[in-house]
Amino acid sequence: MKKFNILILLVIALSLFSVGTVAAQGGTDEISDDEVNAIASQLFCPVCENTPLDVCETQACKQWRELIRLKLSEGSTEAEIKEYFVANYGARVLSEPPREGFSLLVYFVPPAIILAGLIILFRAFKQWQVDDEDETDASVTEASPISASETGDPKDDYLARFEEELRKRD
Amino acid sequence: MLPSLGYGILVITLLVTVYSVAAAIYGETKKSAEMVESARRAMLLALPLITIASAILIYLLVNDRYDVEYVWSVTNRSMPMYLKITAWWGGQPGSLLFWSWLLSTFTSAVTLRKWDRDRELLPWVLVVTGVTLAFFISLNVFFENPFKLIPAGISVPLDGRGLNPLLRHPGMIIHPPAQYLGFVAFTIPFAFAIAALITGRTDDRWIRITRRWTLWAWLFLSLGLVLGMRWAYDVLGWGGYWGWDPVEIAALMPWLTGTAFLHSVMIQEKRGMLKHWNMILIILTFDLVIFGTFLTRSGVLSSVHAFAQSEIGPLFFLFITFTFITSIVLVFYRWVDLKSETEMKSMLSREALFLLNNLLFLSILVVSFWGVMFPLISELFTGSKVTVGPPFYERATGPLWGALMLLMGIAPLSAWGHSTIKTLGRSIWKPAVAALIAPIWALIAGITNWIALIGFTLVALVITVSVREFWRSAQARSKRSGENFFNELRKLIKRNRRRYGGYIIHISMVLMGIGIIGIELFQSDTQQHLGIGDQIELAGYTVQYDRLDQFRHEDGRFITRGEMSLSKDGKDLGTLAPRYDLYPDGQPMTIPAVRSTLVDDVYIILVNWEGITAESTPFKVYHNPLVKWVWIGGYVFIAGIIIAAWRDEEEERI
Repeated sequence: MKKFNILILLVIALSLFSVGTVAAQGGTDEISDDEVNAIASQLFCPVCENTPLDVCETQACKQWRELIRLKLSEGSTEAEIKEYFVANYGARVLSEPPREGFSLLVYFVPPAIILAGLIILFRAFKQWQVDDEDETDASVTEASPISASETGDPKDDYLARFEEELRKRD
Repeated sequence: MLPSLGYGILVITLLVTVYSVAAAIYGETKKSAEMVESARRAMLLALPLITIASAILIYLLVNDRYDVEYVWSVTNRSMPMYLKITAWWGGQPGSLLFWSWLLSTFTSAVTLRKWDRDRELLPWVLVVTGVTLAFFISLNVFFENPFKLIPAGISVPLDGRGLNPLLRHPGMIIHPPAQYLGFVAFTIPFAFAIAALITGRTDDRWIRITRRWTLWAWLFLSLGLVLGMRWAYDVLGWGGYWGWDPVEIAALMPWLTGTAFLHSVMIQEKRGMLKHWNMILIILTFDLVIFGTFLTRSGVLSSVHAFAQSEIGPLFFLFITFTFITSIVLVFYRWVDLKSETEMKSMLSREALFLLNNLLFLSILVVSFWGVMFPLISELFTGSKVTVGPPFYERATGPLWGALMLLMGIAPLSAWGHSTIKTLGRSIWKPAVAALIAPIWALIAGITNWIALIGFTLVALVITVSVREFWRSAQARSKRSGENFFNELRKLIKRNRRRYGGYIIHISMVLMGIGIIGIELFQSDTQQHLGIGDQIELAGYTVQYDRLDQFRHEDGRFITRGEMSLSKDGKDLGTLAPRYDLYPDGQPMTIPAVRSTLVDDVYIILVNWEGITAESTPFKVYHNPLVKWVWIGGYVFIAGIIIAAWRDEEEERI
């Protein structure tokens, strides 16, 4: 782990060094902030939690944006720059988990659960309809009369309102 | 002296609460009315006790008592009085105390007002709220003592650290309390649900008793969300209002289950169905509230390590597990009693569509929960961290929100009990045709984004259907009675507040939808370094950089303020002054300047972090179309809930 940290420091130091030299030559001037931000907004700050790189206020992030600018000026593509960041700081810099290995779960679990919910709901409907075939319409008007009668709410009033509601719908 | 008194009172409150729970359980199981009464009085005593403890804390906060760690950490001398008071909920120990105070207030309100009427359920309501209260107070007593003094031997600091600058905003007065009110108030319907399970009163009595509680809880939870969005937009300076941050999602999740609950209880009331489901929804909502409280305060989701290091993290986890398992066991225990009284008749009936609505809300919950938890899960199993950011949530929940909008357009037209394609089609074709005006108009205006076109169609459908419901009913009544249309409209709303309040809420939701479609699909921005006199062109607007002022404010802030003149097609639209404040403790804050109209917002920030020099100042300009509709929707929404939740004479006869 320690080795890894040193490596990161080295990479940052080196990249800063190169930013300095290239900036001195004026090579990055043609790259606009918008071009940098277009890529930075798709990356997340490797040190702060949940902050997109384009709006992160830390010095480290400023340097990373300069690094993007430098790479753009050297002709790197968006994909190459993203790859560079992933290689150096891990998959967490991407705004979404990579679509491979364990991370595939993030994409498959919710649809699977939602689909299961849909199937359960659909089957329940079918079941209800089978159960319901012999019943008459009377059950509709007898819906939940317990609370009405128990609490002194006149049942007739309740039913009248209910029927009015049904009439209005038909 | 005072801090010790405050702590002592907290300890006594904990003992009183624990006694109340024990006495209520003993009294109910041994049929001792005296013990139950004693439990009730003990619980009523907890409120004045917590109130005194809170008053002491506020006194310490406003009097700059920096010998108290909490006061030192959240206030400083330069903060205005109102911020010193709001620092009550500005940090973890204080906000936990605030939680307890709210819960104690609600519990007292419930037990004081209708004790005789709800005598059967209330002792168990006391037990549930008491256990929750005891949990929160014990967090204060054992781990997060707001009255803790700075270590002996260290001299008392002359000034405090002050509230996080992001929190030094008038929104601090209202956003956190609203969010917490919403969170805490959901404890009450949950407590009644558990009481119903324990006593076996599994009819819809608990739902009827807590109907308005639930609506008010939902009002505050929603208000908390909207205010949070507004605050983010005004203060956080990234041009948006919602970033799918874990803290935001933590507040959204109980709202999702709560909203599903509000809809599905109507099915139980009208048709006596879905009793199990309603129980599960309120249990989920309560536990998500606890989870949300924990997340909004601690932010521990950032990593497994942060969670393990946080003292109270594992306790929250245990409490959530305990309440969830106990509640679910109770639901299974009463499974047979909770059987439906009637059955679903048609897949297009109102209740069937409500179920579909529930499925959609729960689907958004699944996406949110999984997205928030996945970084932790990934770190736990693979050791590597990943980020689940906005693109994931937007793609996954976008269609689900769209489907919900479609349901809002269809469901009000379907009937309870039975509906067929034919009956539904007959009532929907007119509004559907009318709704097509929106996309046609959008096409003429040059919008070709198909997601936006679908979105605007759905918005128009919901508005047409909802307004037509008002119009048709009031018109019919007015014809029959010969009375004025508006009088009839007023009476109509009064007669069925929840229904018509609900329609207003539907309208407000799609108004917000207009804003969300606008900013999500059509936002544009540019960042440029400008010298005085330079201009930025964006979306037809011209922003000219006129001057820069740098000065020190009397409260110690160092302010950098740019002045920009805004114009469109040569027409002057006034001056905008984005600023950057540097607080004495080195904390920065970027304050955007915004010109907001119904059509679009021009939103400018001073990008201080890119470095300001004599020759050039970096500015970022956002063009946010239609975003104002999010706030307009917010106002309509609040009006809708107030109409729905207002005291209703008819309903008072539960």
